[in-house]
Amino acid sequence: MLAPDSVGRTFAGADAISISQSEIDAFTAVIGETDTTIAPPTFTIRISLDQFQNILTKPEIGLDWSRLVHGDQKFEIFSAVKAGDSLRCSATIESYRVAAGNEIVSVRSDLHRADELVISSWSTLVVRA
Amino acid sequence: MIEVGTALAEKIVYIDRAMLKAYADASGDQNPIHQNEEFAVSVGLPNVIAHGMLTMALVGKYVTEWSGGSNTVKEFGARFIKPVIVPAGEKVDLTINGTVTEVDDNQIKIDLVATSAGVKVLGMAKAVVIKK
Repeated sequence: MLAPDSVGRTFAGADAISISQSEIDAFTAVIGETDTTIAPPTFTIRISLDQFQNILTKPEIGLDWSRLVHGDQKFEIFSAVKAGDSLRCSATIESYRVAAGNEIVSVRSDLHRADELVISSWSTLVVRA
Repeated sequence: MIEVGTALAEKIVYIDRAMLKAYADASGDQNPIHQNEEFAVSVGLPNVIAHGMLTMALVGKYVTEWSGGSNTVKEFGARFIKPVIVPAGEKVDLTINGTVTEVDDNQIKIDLVATSAGVKVLGMAKAVVIKK
């Protein structure tokens, strides 16, 4: 169960996350994208999910990551991510409910390059009963 | 001429276990339901399933091919309604279609449909791209 007082809170990510060319190369290769100068639109999910896991599984929050499935995903992209970017991540727990024993958590991830908002994304994560 | 109702050409991408391994490494998502059949079955799945985010990444590539590159996407969203099931030794289809739903001076909205083995795998799949 998620701690009720965590809903509405925003959590800072641990550190600045550096984007390397090799990470972009690996991602573009899988989907057949030949332009490796910028990251494909869904690339930053790797950062956001990792940050969500770090934050939501803290003992005081208490989400069980082992039974988690991804319900939906949305991105709003303000600026393309490139190799050499250093991104700061924050995560906000926007809502939480329990339906038929499944826990349904909506979280928003905001990625900043210095003071510039680069990408906001929303993930619905479902912990299966 | 791009107008409301314009259909994007259908594209079929084939997904196999090697692609799931490559996506796991590229995305950092090493959940065994995407690579280990025994594990996937043990948690109630019919077989190994593709990452929902791999499906979305492939649909994203479909959009950017049409719209003119990775830097044209402003918004992109989808629900993961059914898994893409990937048996060992097989290549399964991801069949993607799109339709323009709104056009203004600056941007184009697209509705997207993705199926695998005839089953719709994404719901409410939509993108907003910059009009070039």
